[in-house]
Amino acid sequence: MKTIEDLKRLREQVQSQTSVRQESSKQIIVGMGTCGIAAGAREVMSAILDEIAKRRLEDVMVRQTGCIGMCEKEVLIDVVLPGQPRITYGRVTATDIPKIIAEHVIHGHIVKELVVGKITE
Amino acid sequence: MEHYRSHVLICAGTGCISSGSKKVEAALREQLTQKGLDKEVKIVETGCHGFCEMGPLVIVYPEGVFYIHVQETDVADIVEEHLYKGRIVERLLYKEIGSHEGIPNYKDIDFYKKQMRIILANCGHIDPEEINDYIAIGGYEALGTALTTMNPDEVIDEVKKSGLRGRGGGGFPSGLKWGFARKTPGEKKYVICNADEGDPGAFMDRSLLEGDPHRVLEGMAICGYAIGADEGYLYVRAEYPLAIKRLRIAIKQAEELGLIGDNIFGSGFNFHLKIKEGAGAFVCGEETALMASIEGQRGVPRSRPPFPAVSGLWGKPTNINNVETFANVPQIITKGADWYASIGTEHSKGTKVFALTGRINHTGLAEVPMGITMREIIYGIGGGIPAGKKFKAVQIGGPSGGCLPEELLDMSVDYDSLIKVGAMMGSGGLVVMDETTCMVDISKFFLSFTQAESCGKCTPCREGTKRMLEILTRITEGQGKEGDIELLEVLAKNIKTTALCGLGQTAPNPVLSTLRYFRHEYEAHIKEKRCPAGACTGLTQYNISEVCKGCGLCTKECPVVAISGEKKGLHIIDQEKCIKCGACMAKCPFKAITKG
Repeated sequence: MKTIEDLKRLREQVQSQTSVRQESSKQIIVGMGTCGIAAGAREVMSAILDEIAKRRLEDVMVRQTGCIGMCEKEVLIDVVLPGQPRITYGRVTATDIPKIIAEHVIHGHIVKELVVGKITE
Repeated sequence: MEHYRSHVLICAGTGCISSGSKKVEAALREQLTQKGLDKEVKIVETGCHGFCEMGPLVIVYPEGVFYIHVQETDVADIVEEHLYKGRIVERLLYKEIGSHEGIPNYKDIDFYKKQMRIILANCGHIDPEEINDYIAIGGYEALGTALTTMNPDEVIDEVKKSGLRGRGGGGFPSGLKWGFARKTPGEKKYVICNADEGDPGAFMDRSLLEGDPHRVLEGMAICGYAIGADEGYLYVRAEYPLAIKRLRIAIKQAEELGLIGDNIFGSGFNFHLKIKEGAGAFVCGEETALMASIEGQRGVPRSRPPFPAVSGLWGKPTNINNVETFANVPQIITKGADWYASIGTEHSKGTKVFALTGRINHTGLAEVPMGITMREIIYGIGGGIPAGKKFKAVQIGGPSGGCLPEELLDMSVDYDSLIKVGAMMGSGGLVVMDETTCMVDISKFFLSFTQAESCGKCTPCREGTKRMLEILTRITEGQGKEGDIELLEVLAKNIKTTALCGLGQTAPNPVLSTLRYFRHEYEAHIKEKRCPAGACTGLTQYNISEVCKGCGLCTKECPVVAISGEKKGLHIIDQEKCIKCGACMAKCPFKAITKG
């Protein structure tokens, strides 16, 4: 390392390693109730993490939640973007994930055909 | 590239390790692998969170859920429920005293909410063995700023303007001290970090070195640049193996990145760091003794002047500061002296880390702004006195400091106010005492510590503390006589004014301050042969009152068969045989046994 710019560049590089510990603005929440897990929530979760890693997204927080009662629509995932209502997608499979992340999480366009509801907070 | 959706932070400070955090970590690693979560959940070992009473501590991100007293057997629940399904494990949450409601996020806990964590901001939140964790939050940018945009005088001016004072005890203005070392001409100069933390009950320096070592190294390098030194020593006591290990790793990592070494940031400034392990003598915390010890000589102080800034290590100009002082420096450079000076009181700026120990609910480390009241530290953050006991006094500044009674709880905690009431900031150890603590006994404890640690070089300290200790021992054993108090005062005054170094000059402080606020306890010991707190066994007597129903439980309990009496009749204690263990009193169902 020769200059302070080198240090700043390194800082930007390594920030992603600790970003999970900072508050992030974007959230993807996976339904991990018994119903969700039975319907394949783990596979969906893995697909989300793979996609995030592939696209090197740093500001997305992945969380889980329990059963919200719409068990027949599992796997359910929610996408929360700052200042926008919480969008719930139903019957999500691992193959839907690249589309949801590309269109909704990154570009803010809701993937209408998979939506089951909207929660305004 | 893998993406970790969750980070599990496990405290690996000395406190949590001794309560079992390494086992928790091993169990967690194993179970994450079993569940196939090891590629998405990352385990991070951190330094101390300060809430040592509640250890082992585990924090789960992204939610920031704070789990306390986590044992190996709890790991399955954390993995299965929280990490797999996203459900918080309620039973492992912290509950405020008197409340049954678990608090998930550590930010909402009184202990943290009421602190101002600047120095300790990273402790418990970064991996101290990973320099990138420190760089990710802006580490070493202060050094970069100082080296590339400021000249040494500007750095010293900034530190002067910030109002930073030494955190090791004396409270000398750091900028001024740096200025002296800069002004002394010399090709070779040294920076020394005093990590010979020796006060009983103080452990903030250890926690800082274990939890955020790079912050201290960065502060030292900035100091080196300011005074014109190219070499630094960290004097760490050998009883801190973990701190030493993490420092070695930190120095190596910083050297690999060129943040410590030659021509740092292309500025032409060279700085090299070495660790010297001290053997743990208390007197080596005194700067001249410390330097003698680094030089390989016996650790004894010498008279000053010349001060280290003029003639220090190997006769070269040297600047010595304590760990916490150096830890303040990077922020002063990054955020500016004005920001720093806006925290605290007129003459005491910034924050201070206190180690809470003794009769207090939340044993641990608390960082607070200068000028806070002692009441807020002990009750607001420390959670008050356990077991419904009454507060009696708090010893501040370790064996060199003094005690504060209840009526001074609302005074401002800063350097000058503390001196005024006969105590001192010291390193920031707070030993809280409740009504069962005898003040004569406690001053005997502190004096026996300094007496044992006296290096013996000067007579007032070597002989004087010994005589004082003899008198105190006599008093606590019921052999005190008229004139003892006055003799203690004369000795104390003479030692204070004539001892060679800080150890001796401050050794009588605990006696003087307990005499100032608790003279009546000394008098009770001497005149009435009574220990009001019931702590001095030589002066305590157990007696059975008329309330006795003659149940005989106490006779069975007494280990030395000192109690006798007819069934259903009043029992008596044979004072000759009684060893004052108190077992009978604890057992008596009618509270018929009194202690006095």
